[in-house]
Amino acid sequence: MNRAWLYLAPALVLYAAFLLYPIGRTVQLSLYDWDGSTLATFVGFDNYAAVFADAGLRASFGHAFVLVFFFAVLPTLLGLVAAAVLSRAKVWGLGIARVIIFLPQVIAMVVVAVAWRQIYAPDGYLNRALEAVGLGSLARPWLGDYDFALIAVGLVGTWISTGLVTVLLMSGISRIPQERFEAARLDGAGPVREFTSIIVPAVRAEITVALTLTIIASLKTFDLVYVMTSGGPGTQTTVPSYEVFKLAFEQGAVGAGAAVGVTLTAIIFVIAMIVNRIGDRAEVEQ
Amino acid sequence: MRVGRLEVAANYALLAVFGLAVLGPIAIILITAVSPANFADAQAGWFHPENFATAWVEGRFGQYLAASISVSLTVVVISSVASVLAGYAFGTMRFKASGVLFYVFLAGIMVPSEAIIIPLHYDLRTFGLTDTLWGVALPQIAQSIAFGTYWMRAYFRAAPRELIDAARIDGAGSWRTLWQVLLPLARPAITTMVVLTFMWTWNEFLIPLAMSPTGAYRTAPFGLALFQGQYTEGTALLAAGAVFVALPVVVVYAILQRHFIRGMLEGAVKG
Repeated sequence: MNRAWLYLAPALVLYAAFLLYPIGRTVQLSLYDWDGSTLATFVGFDNYAAVFADAGLRASFGHAFVLVFFFAVLPTLLGLVAAAVLSRAKVWGLGIARVIIFLPQVIAMVVVAVAWRQIYAPDGYLNRALEAVGLGSLARPWLGDYDFALIAVGLVGTWISTGLVTVLLMSGISRIPQERFEAARLDGAGPVREFTSIIVPAVRAEITVALTLTIIASLKTFDLVYVMTSGGPGTQTTVPSYEVFKLAFEQGAVGAGAAVGVTLTAIIFVIAMIVNRIGDRAEVEQ
Repeated sequence: MRVGRLEVAANYALLAVFGLAVLGPIAIILITAVSPANFADAQAGWFHPENFATAWVEGRFGQYLAASISVSLTVVVISSVASVLAGYAFGTMRFKASGVLFYVFLAGIMVPSEAIIIPLHYDLRTFGLTDTLWGVALPQIAQSIAFGTYWMRAYFRAAPRELIDAARIDGAGSWRTLWQVLLPLARPAITTMVVLTFMWTWNEFLIPLAMSPTGAYRTAPFGLALFQGQYTEGTALLAAGAVFVALPVVVVYAILQRHFIRGMLEGAVKG
C-alpha cells in the first residue's frame, strides 16, 4: 500500500466521521418527518416543498439576502474607497491602523452582539446621541422596531466586515506597479479615473475573495440573531441558520430543520461558485 | 508617490473615522463593564472594577473559560497534527485519487455548521457524547482539518523540492524528512494555522450550543449568552463577562497579529 495513506489516515477518519458522514445524514434526515425521539416517517421531498411554501421560512431566506447587502456589498464598496484613499499617501500610523480596523474579526460574535445591544437599547448610546444633537424624535427601540431591526442587525455586519475587506484590498493595491499610476498621471488622470481604470481592475481577485468570505459569513449569521433579537420582533430578523436551530432542537421538526440546512448549504456553494466564476472571467479578460 | 497636503490630511481624517467606528463599540463594552451595576453602586462613584469579580462568581466564568480552554486545546492539537500529516501527503506524495480527495477536503471549508449539527446532536447523544468535551470538540476538529489540510498542503508544495530530495539521498525516510527537515522550516505556517484554529474554536457559538444541550459543558461564548438571558437588567456585569470572553483571543491577536491578518487574507474561511 502507498505510504501516503498512512499520513492521510488520521485526518481522513476524523473528517469523514464528523463532517462527511453527518452531511449525508442531514440529507437523509431531511427526507423524513421526525420529532427527534419517536419513529421517523419517510416523506420524500415534502420538507423541501415546505421550505418554499412556508411564508416564514421563505422570509428567513429573504432576510439572509438582505444581510448579504450589509455584510458583503456595502463593506466592499466602503472598503474599496477607503483602501484606494489610504494607498495614495504614505501616512504615519498605517500599520497600527491596520491592526485596529481588523479587530472586529477576532472578537467573538457573541461579545459583538452584547456590545451592539447596548448601543441599540431604548436608553442606549444611539438614542442618547440622537437626543444630544436634537434628533430625539428619531429615537426608537431599534431592535424592537419592525422596520429597523433587520437593518440594525445588518449594520453590525457592516461593522464586522469593513475592516477585513479594507485590509484585503489594501494588500492588493500595494501590489500594483507604481509605473502604472505614474503613466496615468502623465496622461492627466485624476484620482477618480485612477480608481476606476487602474485600481478596481487590478484588485478583481481580492474583490472576489472579499465577497466570497463576507457573503458566506452573512448567510451563516446565527450568533448575532440569537443574542440580539431571537429572530424578533415577530419574525422580522429570523434567518435560515436560526430556523435550523429552532426547528431541529426546539420545535421537534428535525426533518424540516435538516431541509433548511441542506438548502442553505446549497445556496452557499452556488453563490461561492458564481462569485468565483465571475472573478475568474474578469481576470482572463484583463 | 507624491500627493498634496490636502490628501494626506484626508487620509488622517479617514483613519480617525475608521478607528473611532471600530473602537467605539469596544470602548462601550469596557466603560459599561466598570460602570455602576445597580442604584446603590451608583451612589458610590462611577468606577467599579469590582464588577469583574462579581461577574466572575455570579456568571461562573471561571468554569466557562476552563471549558473553552479544554475545547480549544483539544481541537488545536488534534486538528493540527492531522492536518500537518495530511498536508504532507497531499503536498509531496503521489497516490491514487489525490486530486479528487483534495477537493473533498477543500469543499469542507465551505460547509456551514448548519449542515452537520443536526445529526451530530442526535447521533452523538445516542453514544452519550453530548454534554462532553468530545461532543463539542470533534465536529470542530473535522472543520479545522478541512482548513488545516488545505493550508499545510500549500506550504509543503511550496517547500523546495531539492531539500526533500537531498534528505532522501542522505537515506532519510519520509517520516524523518518531515520531522527533521521540513517541520523546523514550517513554523510560521503552523503558527498561522494554530492561531486561526484557536480563534475560530474559542469564538464558536452554534456548535457548543447544539452539542451541549443541557449546558453541562458550556464554553465561554455560550456562558455569556446564557448570562445575558438571566440578568437582563445587569448590563455592567454582562459587559464585564463579555470582556472575559473576548480577552484571550484579543491578547493572542495583539502578540501575533501578523499571523491572523495573513491567514485571513489568504482566503481562510471556516464552516
